[in-house]
Amino acid sequence: MHNDLFFAARPEIALGLMALALLMIGVFRKDKSADLINSLSLLALGVAAFMVIFMSGEGKVSAFNGAFVTDGLARVMKALALFASALAIIMSVHFMKWEKMERFEYPVLIVLATLGMMTMISAAGLIALYLGLELQALALYVLAAMNRDSTRSAEAGLKYFVLGALSSGLLLYGASLVYGFAGTVSFAGIATAIKGGMHVGVTIGLVFILAGLAFKISSVPFHMWTPDVYEGAPTPVTAFFAAAPKIAAMAVIIRVLYEAFPAASDQWRQVLIFMSIASMALGAFAGIAQQNIKRLMAYSSIGHMGYVLIGLAAGGQMGLRGAIIYLVIYLVMTAGVFACIIAMRRDGRAIETIEDFSGLARHNKGLAFALAMLMFSLAGIPPLAGFFAKYFVLLAAIKAGMLTLAIIGVLASVVSAVYYLRIVKVMYFDEPRDAVSPMPMELKLIIALATIFVLGFAAWPGPVVTLAQSAIVAFL
Amino acid sequence: MNTVFLTIVFLPLLGALIAGLAGTAVFRYAGSAPPAVEHADDGEGHHHAHDGPRWPMLLTTGLLIVIAVLSWYAFFDVAAGHTYRVVVAEWLRSGRLVAPWALRIDMLSAVMLVVVTTVSAVVHVYSLGYMSHDPHQPRFFAYLSFFTFAMLMLVTSDNLLQMFFGWEGVGLASYLLIGFWYTRPAANAAAIKAFVVNRVGDFGFALGIFATFAVFGSIEFTAIFEAAPAMAGKTFPFLGGEHDILTTICLLLFMGAMGKSAQFLLHTWLPDAMEGPTPVSALIHAATMVTAGVFLVARFSPFYELAPAAQNVVILIGAITAFFAATVGLVQRDIKRVIAYSTCSQLGYMFVAMGVGAYGVGMFHLFTHAFFKALLFLGAGSVIHAMSDEQDMFRMGGLFPYLKKTWFFMLVGTLALTGFPFTAGYFSKDAIIEAAFAAHSQPGMFAFWMLVIAALFTSFYSWRLMFLTFHGKSRVSRETLARVHDSPPVMILPLYVLAAGALFAGVLFAGKFIGASEAVFWGKAIYRGPHNEILHLMHETPAWAKYAATVMMAAGFATAWLFYIASPAIPEKLAEIFRPLYLFLYNKWYFDELYERIFVRPAFWLGRLLWKGGDGKVIDGFGPNGVAARVLDVTAWASRLQTGYLNHYAFAMLLGLAALVTYLMMMGG
Repeated sequence: MHNDLFFAARPEIALGLMALALLMIGVFRKDKSADLINSLSLLALGVAAFMVIFMSGEGKVSAFNGAFVTDGLARVMKALALFASALAIIMSVHFMKWEKMERFEYPVLIVLATLGMMTMISAAGLIALYLGLELQALALYVLAAMNRDSTRSAEAGLKYFVLGALSSGLLLYGASLVYGFAGTVSFAGIATAIKGGMHVGVTIGLVFILAGLAFKISSVPFHMWTPDVYEGAPTPVTAFFAAAPKIAAMAVIIRVLYEAFPAASDQWRQVLIFMSIASMALGAFAGIAQQNIKRLMAYSSIGHMGYVLIGLAAGGQMGLRGAIIYLVIYLVMTAGVFACIIAMRRDGRAIETIEDFSGLARHNKGLAFALAMLMFSLAGIPPLAGFFAKYFVLLAAIKAGMLTLAIIGVLASVVSAVYYLRIVKVMYFDEPRDAVSPMPMELKLIIALATIFVLGFAAWPGPVVTLAQSAIVAFL
Repeated sequence: MNTVFLTIVFLPLLGALIAGLAGTAVFRYAGSAPPAVEHADDGEGHHHAHDGPRWPMLLTTGLLIVIAVLSWYAFFDVAAGHTYRVVVAEWLRSGRLVAPWALRIDMLSAVMLVVVTTVSAVVHVYSLGYMSHDPHQPRFFAYLSFFTFAMLMLVTSDNLLQMFFGWEGVGLASYLLIGFWYTRPAANAAAIKAFVVNRVGDFGFALGIFATFAVFGSIEFTAIFEAAPAMAGKTFPFLGGEHDILTTICLLLFMGAMGKSAQFLLHTWLPDAMEGPTPVSALIHAATMVTAGVFLVARFSPFYELAPAAQNVVILIGAITAFFAATVGLVQRDIKRVIAYSTCSQLGYMFVAMGVGAYGVGMFHLFTHAFFKALLFLGAGSVIHAMSDEQDMFRMGGLFPYLKKTWFFMLVGTLALTGFPFTAGYFSKDAIIEAAFAAHSQPGMFAFWMLVIAALFTSFYSWRLMFLTFHGKSRVSRETLARVHDSPPVMILPLYVLAAGALFAGVLFAGKFIGASEAVFWGKAIYRGPHNEILHLMHETPAWAKYAATVMMAAGFATAWLFYIASPAIPEKLAEIFRPLYLFLYNKWYFDELYERIFVRPAFWLGRLLWKGGDGKVIDGFGPNGVAARVLDVTAWASRLQTGYLNHYAFAMLLGLAALVTYLMMMGG
């Protein structure tokens, strides 16, 4: 065991140093440095991932006197977050050029946000949690407003900032309540303190903390920022928002609930069920009315987070494993869809309304097929990956006796199928328009891999299931 | 022997599958099939040649000839006193319901085997010529072979479910073949009519099966026939009255038989079925499928013998059908329709025989009728073929010099049908009339007189057909006449087989089927009640009743000769004088119009009501469409929540938070 001061946090420390170095390089090389910084950022993320996987010890390792912990859950979720961040950078390369907003700050901000996420994921106490969360959030506020010339992007950034500040306030308030009643900020200490019975103040504190975290996974009723920010932010940023922060926040929720408040599971399970049902329902219904594909994906992600919450609420091996499998599959599907959205341009202009997809299958067979498969998968149609994602969490809910929740989940997925299938219908059966511009290699690759993943998951689910299993095996 | 029976039953299925799946695909890729639309107004459709491979047709025909030979072999084996039960597989087992897939081979099924396979083989060969210009031949032959399979399944069935399978299979094949030229609206209408009318009968049949299972707890023939005597005379309460169980079951089963065999009230589909290609009429609507009802009653002789009331119903319906169809046949102009009504009428004869308990006699008529009626149909097909698809006899006449061979076959068929001494019909049909007389019951006497009159009519319309077609003054246009020619050998040769049957089947088999040793011949296949002495009584029929039929035959011939050869003015005058009667008969007793009024239109009205009102407004309205509309309402409402105002968003968050805290407080408190 290397329980010395820094060992467990070495990937984070390295990533932080690299981020600062990148910032320096950028500052001194001015705007021409975007390509270089992009590459170096990817390298930095790669190095961090390598360290997370191979150089963070075995089993449960802690640092900073127990405020920071690295275990199976942390390793898996960090690796996923790093992967999602890298995808966001790769997807941005050409987009930023097309939109004439190449700036070296973008990759550096992503790296810093990732560093925040990694800290969150590994947080073993309320203070570390808040530090990571805030680092991540501050980077995201700026990212949302990246396109300074666009009022919508600025509006998105501002809205996100104000509401994010509110949610951080809620979280801090809850944290101070919990500290006040439990007398400690470490998760393990809180768990011990409330074992014998819980003061109502702790319950209120727990709800406030959950509210702050629910904001990050855009769960109803803390989701209101999502559609506006998704639509306003530059598309690669949206792609980033849709994946990495959600993974990090889910990991934190799992850790807080199962490490700090296992004794309060009756209480938080109610909260999770409420948020899960509300998210699935709103994601399904409100998505139908959307004309803008990015807004639609916002509601889609709200709905999907509702399904992940089913897994969390069901709990146990099956529930948590289902939730993590869901996150992995969701990550891939979202990456694939956003790669498609970024790739679709006509006459040097990005396509964002669903109408513009009409008859895509006529001229761009491959792209239309890939997007159709991803949509079917998002809708949860067998035998695609998205079906199994839902299958695992719903099965866990049924096994846990939450039949109503499972039934609502199934019904919501039926309603949400409307807007996924509509996109397929528009692409395949409506009047064709002109072909979209040819897409760069890296997007093609991402789309192809995502499509292969959703098609092939049924045949070869082993790796994902093993990954999820390894995340929770030592945890419960 | 088991292999022989399996081969007989399943080879046609194999042929149908190969010709239907591989054969049609080959045709498609040969690129020879012209679009069906061009085929639309093309009558019997011989004008579009094709150049696809001929193996699918030759294959199915070859297989049929093989099994026809095997069937005769099996027939003589069974006639020697053997019976077989070949279990193919267990079909289903559900609670008390057990249905094996087994072939029941006794004399009854052996007779049906030879009838079905022989006529089918002949029709297959004949169709090679008749359909040679059709672009969809593999499909046609696949249907024919499939029909043969289903029919064999029906006649060899060992339980009611298997029989129902075959029963529906032949119905399906009949539907497909009547509508074979699917670009013709009339053919489609006829196909649907046949299907729908048969639904009515099948409803009764299905109820009969259910009732049998409810009463006996089994649907296997061996078991229910053994248990039947114990049920005799027992009743069940229904709608305040007591009803005889066996009578009820027999009547329900007979309802199915009425549909399939086109008996009075459910006969309307048969004449319309003539829209199908003529070989189909010969095979399905004359020789085999329509006799399935007769076969059903014979198979259920252990039931009918114990249900005299049901027997009387069978006699009455049979007698009325025989008479009714014969009257309609008197005045029809379409050569195929005359023969169709004749078939209907002859089926009535068979049912009378069944009803009076002379099952062997009825089966014998079924056997001989198959030959001469198929012969008549194929002969008529030959005429139609030669006349470039003309079917109206009043546009024929004087064809004898041009169609000598066809004339010969038609003559043989007519002689057999009318019961000319020592032809097939003379033995079988006259035996039925005697049996009806010998029954010495009121229904029997009624049937006797009906059948005697029908015999007169039969003779008249048969000779009328001969005279109008082949003799007298020609009414054929010169262009058509120039093209009239006898059919090619492939259509002529198979007719010799049928002609031989029509001439000699009576002489050769009368001894076995209805002779002194008939009880030995039929064995256990037919059950006779202890009081059934009908065959004995038949020998005591007075001479006048015995010769009534022959006299009628002669009278019919004389009248027809007088009307259509000697002084052709008479029928026109008669038609004018008795115009209402003429129209009544010509319009088939107005059955179609009546049914249109009392069934078809209300059914359409009800259907439209349920469709527009029930399905459209209620189910769709509250179901799919209603739900979809509510979803959109919710969607609109949910979208309205997304105002874009920051303060609303923050408010929503705090509201949600407050709600959650309150909820937990209440729960915890």
